[in-house]
Amino acid sequence: MTGVLPESLVGIREEFLALDQQDRLMLLLEFANDLPELPSHYAEHPDLLERVVECQSPVYLFVEVDADNAVHLFATAPPEAPTTRGFASILVQGLEGLSAEEVLAIPADFPQTLGLNEAVSPLRIRGMSGMLGRTKRQIRERIAA
Amino acid sequence: MPVEVDTSDSKFAEYAHPERLITTEWVETNLGRDGIVVVESDEDVLLYETGHIPGAVKIDWHTDLNDPVTRDFVDGAGFAALLSAKGISRDDTVVIYGDKNNWWAAYALWIFSLFGHADVRLIDGGRDKWIAEGRPITTEVPSRDATDYPVVDRDDKTLRAFRDDVAKHFGNPLVDVRSPEEFSGERTTAPAYPEEGALRAGHIPSAQNVPWGKAVAEDGTFRSLSELSALYRDGAGLNDGDDVIAYCRIGERSSHTWFVLQHLLGFENVRNYDGSWTEWGSLVGVPIVTGSEPGEAPSR
Repeated sequence: MTGVLPESLVGIREEFLALDQQDRLMLLLEFANDLPELPSHYAEHPDLLERVVECQSPVYLFVEVDADNAVHLFATAPPEAPTTRGFASILVQGLEGLSAEEVLAIPADFPQTLGLNEAVSPLRIRGMSGMLGRTKRQIRERIAA
Repeated sequence: MPVEVDTSDSKFAEYAHPERLITTEWVETNLGRDGIVVVESDEDVLLYETGHIPGAVKIDWHTDLNDPVTRDFVDGAGFAALLSAKGISRDDTVVIYGDKNNWWAAYALWIFSLFGHADVRLIDGGRDKWIAEGRPITTEVPSRDATDYPVVDRDDKTLRAFRDDVAKHFGNPLVDVRSPEEFSGERTTAPAYPEEGALRAGHIPSAQNVPWGKAVAEDGTFRSLSELSALYRDGAGLNDGDDVIAYCRIGERSSHTWFVLQHLLGFENVRNYDGSWTEWGSLVGVPIVTGSEPGEAPSR
């Protein structure tokens, strides 16, 4: 599948790339602070959530594909892990409402293209790649079911 | 004027080098004092931005202390440029703290020590203890005047070991500070940590497994001298005068153990093998042992 980056993620990427390194970090922190709370049915049932082991901090996610084929990603990570929260928030906000096919077509290297390699380090960005990969796998499971 | 040793915690006096530790209380009392620079060093690159000790500067283990191209630390010129920009002078007392029981703070302290920065200390209990005690936190980044930190050659012999040093070291104690699962070879990364690319699993022959976190109590402070002694002397069989090499996955957890062995227990010949398992576990032809037993040191 050749990748096509949805407009929402193109916009987020442009926001990052327009900034210098230190301000990219601050934008990532804004994303971290804006990570939505889990809806209560997930907050009360942590067993439904999948752990993202590629991240150094405990981050869990769950993907819904609704009756209209729209994707909703839910994620949680502790406040002591703002980088991980920021990565999760980019995906939660950037993927919201996209079709399953649109999410599956997101290039796997999207996390590496945000201009964060220098400010955050490639090693840490692997965590976001793990989240994206797991999100896609869950979507494939949902639409196959 | 040298900064005095913090004697407020009686536990410190038992250690070989009590001058290497300070309490959160002492730090709060001495905030803003000339000659002292507080440095935060975390695993999470954004944690400092969420709030830090007032006046503290940030030094990131990856983006500041590692060379961006070569797998190595910054060189003397790079270290001088970094510390000058952070407003740290060669004779300043540097007080380091961080997340995860000072894991990365100890790594930063070890690297400062490679460059021979004389007075560098850890805040016992680190960031978590400071916050748990409700001490002041700010998001304001201090503006310190740039300094002219001298270019000092990094000493790669005294406190640092390379793979060839490890091969020559067999017959002397090795401490593997990773988790039991990494030691035995069930996995190559810490539980819940990302794969960092070692091709083989297991440990360096004859290494004793003492996971680094055993050296800290529940509140993140270092265990008492007698507890540490039980762990490393009785448990891992280290004796006074031993020449010890510690390693982990990339040399960060073993910096923490290096600090314990060198500064708290007083072993005088301790080196950190920062190539660690990501190097040894990928080298062609080197001996590896799997399972929970140390195994025999190969004859040299």
